[in-house]
Amino acid sequence: MANTYLRQTPLAHLHLDARAANEAADATTGVHIGERLLLGMINLRGQRSNPDFGPAVKKVVGAALPGVNETSGKPEGVHVLGLGPDEWLIITPTGEEADIHANLERVVGEFHTAVTLTGESMTVIRLAGAHARDTLAKGCPMDMHPRVFGPGQCAQTILARADMTMHQTADDAYDIIVRRSFAEYVWTWLEDAAREYGVRVITGLR
Amino acid sequence: MLLIPCPYCGEREESEFHQGGEAHIERPKDPYKLTDEEWADYLFFRDNRKGVYLERWVHRHGCRRWFNVARDTATNQIVAVYKMGSKPPKSITSRGTMK
Repeated sequence: MANTYLRQTPLAHLHLDARAANEAADATTGVHIGERLLLGMINLRGQRSNPDFGPAVKKVVGAALPGVNETSGKPEGVHVLGLGPDEWLIITPTGEEADIHANLERVVGEFHTAVTLTGESMTVIRLAGAHARDTLAKGCPMDMHPRVFGPGQCAQTILARADMTMHQTADDAYDIIVRRSFAEYVWTWLEDAAREYGVRVITGLR
Repeated sequence: MLLIPCPYCGEREESEFHQGGEAHIERPKDPYKLTDEEWADYLFFRDNRKGVYLERWVHRHGCRRWFNVARDTATNQIVAVYKMGSKPPKSITSRGTMK
């Protein structure tokens, strides 16, 4: 049995709860920014060409394996991001990752696969609001116009020189998945970039 | 800035990629049979041609996959993109740009 420890998000020291309580959003707020706390993440590698692989994963995860840069499942529940032709990121609500990881290992163990828990190394920043896209576009080299990038799509790219995985969860909402060590940098960059649109911190995101 | 069509992710900006040198350079089957000159040729000497050049690129900040790009070194135009392990399209080889 592993020792328990105080699990903290990489942005805990910014005291976002206190800031959210003191700064209420109003009609002029163009960007809402918050951290989705301690989500579980599982990196899955496997061969899609094997016809039994996809269905086996779906049985455990509850969502089909999406294509590259596509997603499946609901953003608030267990969902899967297609990172590459043979790589997926499974994101789960807090605490659900261990069971899914164990079940996945059991079910796909017979295939040529790798199943790795990676949640502790990442965090998810939620950016929402009418100007969320404008804010991201300032530091991202990707074309984010709705004609090429829309809800349900994801992409691995760069935000202000930091690697990120971006998942558009709704018309005006994005989940930004960044490394733990980049979290504070990306957060402060985003807040600065969103300042001209009016930015407010939101908490309680799961 | 180049727009490079990753075979998996589609068109992305050059800053997401990294160039990996000339493509299709095969390691000699038996290096001990080579003269020093032949070995140096394999290790260090590249074509560096003006015109269509076959290169390896990696989508480093994206899907992290390697692939091949046929790029004109004079104009920077990308003529073709094809996956690792496959041969360059015939349209390029027929133009006499291969070794």
